[in-house]
Amino acid sequence: MSPVSQRSGRGVYVAGNDIDTDRIIPARFLKCVTFDELGPALFFDERFDSEGNSKGHILDAPQHAGASILISDVNFGCGSSREHAPQALQKFGIHVVIAETFAEIFQGNCTTLGIPCLKMVGEARQSLARLVGQFPEAELLIDLSAKSLTFANESFEFDMQESSREAFLLGRFDPLDELLVAKDRISGVANRLGGGSHQ
Amino acid sequence: MGKNLYQKVWNDHLVGTLSNGQCQIFMALHLIHEVTSPQAFGMLKDKGLSVAYPERTFATVDHIIPTDDQSRPFQDEMADRMISVLAEATEAHGIEFFKPNSGAQGIVHVVGPELGLTQPGMTICCGDSHTSTHGAFGCIAFGIGTSQVRDVLASQTLAMDPLKVRRIEVTGSLGPGVTAKDVTLHIIRTLGVNGGVGYAYEYAGSVIEAMSMEERMTVCNMSIEGGARCGYINPDATTFDYLKDRERCPSGDAFDAAVQRWASYASDQDAEYDDVITIDGSAIEPTVTWGVTPGQAISVLDHVPDPKAVAGLDQELMTDALRYMQLEAGAPIAGTKIDVAFIGSCTNGRVSDFQAVAHAIKGHRVAAGVRAIAVPGSEKVDAEARALGIDRVLTEAGFEWRLPGCSMCLAMNPDKLVGDEVCASSSNRNFIGRQGSSTGRTILMSPIMVAAAAVEGCVADARVVFGLENR
Repeated sequence: MSPVSQRSGRGVYVAGNDIDTDRIIPARFLKCVTFDELGPALFFDERFDSEGNSKGHILDAPQHAGASILISDVNFGCGSSREHAPQALQKFGIHVVIAETFAEIFQGNCTTLGIPCLKMVGEARQSLARLVGQFPEAELLIDLSAKSLTFANESFEFDMQESSREAFLLGRFDPLDELLVAKDRISGVANRLGGGSHQ
Repeated sequence: MGKNLYQKVWNDHLVGTLSNGQCQIFMALHLIHEVTSPQAFGMLKDKGLSVAYPERTFATVDHIIPTDDQSRPFQDEMADRMISVLAEATEAHGIEFFKPNSGAQGIVHVVGPELGLTQPGMTICCGDSHTSTHGAFGCIAFGIGTSQVRDVLASQTLAMDPLKVRRIEVTGSLGPGVTAKDVTLHIIRTLGVNGGVGYAYEYAGSVIEAMSMEERMTVCNMSIEGGARCGYINPDATTFDYLKDRERCPSGDAFDAAVQRWASYASDQDAEYDDVITIDGSAIEPTVTWGVTPGQAISVLDHVPDPKAVAGLDQELMTDALRYMQLEAGAPIAGTKIDVAFIGSCTNGRVSDFQAVAHAIKGHRVAAGVRAIAVPGSEKVDAEARALGIDRVLTEAGFEWRLPGCSMCLAMNPDKLVGDEVCASSSNRNFIGRQGSSTGRTILMSPIMVAAAAVEGCVADARVVFGLENR
């Protein structure tokens, strides 16, 4: 893992509060034993009708093809803990999500996968969303160390869960290697706590 | 200054601090199931790692299992493969697997408590957001993603940020026919579906104290629907009575010693909280949802709200929700026609849920044209309900009594809504498409309210339908 301090890409605004992970990826697509094939299933029921015809969802609009920064509204990723949701976003090509707030499990899953979740307040986000609609071909430049975003000659501030931002800047957003370092201390805690439910 | 339970349990399981400032927290108990966990074993393999503490992980199968015919192979090949992969992985790593027909299989959040695996003061995690259920026992219990399942398998720890704690005191007492489900829907409706983000909820007050463990599980289960990753209730005599003689709990003197330790985790009298709110439990009515989030809920006596009362994006989203639900602003919610009645899930699939329904529905019949199914939460719930004759009462009333699983809560098995059917459901989510049809409509409510809706063929006040106020 290398440190991540900047990300850039084109944006797309998917409007809505409380967009839950069932909407991001319907449960029937969870029938899999790997995450490899999830990209095309992203927002499936919002994008396609029962015959598989496009409903003209914004993610499928030609001007947003190849967008990698998804902007939404309040409480994005609520509901089910399914990592399939950020996995589908990532496999679809999304590598940053911007919203007013995020559900915690979703945000944690995104961090581990290397997708920064940026929190941006209502007015700024709405204005960014409007601009992204007007200039779909323009690139957003994100600087995690300065917590700033530049787009169409305008500058925006964002917030981020501090531990997540730090993890990106240190290149330690996947924590497993560091968790394993503490083997002895872990077994100390395990021994102190004792058997619990496994007599 | 005293400590609250969350702080005590957190400190007790703290391994150390990580370079990004997060805490490394030991997981006392890890539960896994076939949908979000098999991939984690693949990740371990890729990294050449093994399972560090296999005796602290337990597996069951619940999400994809059929509830009519569980003989293998299942008709759904992928579902069958998912179980096989979990069975192979648990076998290879020495993890106990409660497989179908073992007598212990069931929904992961029903199985843990009923076996006594869930014990006060534990940290508990599972690749399932409704892990908050186990907080009913005074645990820090929460859902995780698959990469975190990998972390727990490999290290028995997680990288975490501590949550703030909000104490929710539900005062007074519940009226007849008002249940734990109504309490939790009322709390979510009051605080919002994202009101709990960043918080653990500590539920307290006379209403919570008076609840049985199964009712407490219903309340904690829905914490995540209010945005709180975990919710808990301080352990007390009700908790300890429930755990006595459970299969996986200590017994004899060891039990008495455990009770002493468990009781010490309860929040101190002078504990500090980041927020405290009070809710008048006596004012809670049977509550049902009208929209597409669990917070879009009203009393069964109320009318569907009018989007014109709010502005901007909120108005747009409310209008969208009503259009999806095919409901009219201002219309009474009672009388909304239903097609399907579902009683089950990790929220309301325990013996006391079915017992309350059996008690109420005796002598009534499910309305013509309503498909009504009752799905026990586990093989133990099934066995106990059968022993009590509950299955017979429900079957005679016109319900189908099924085999255990998550079933129509998320419709990963063959139990699904068809087209835009309306389902009166005792489950936890009324999200768009949640019950297996992208146009299916869910109205969340308590089990006895589902029974009332099944009998009337429409949303109805169970107190009136079953004369509960006169008992």
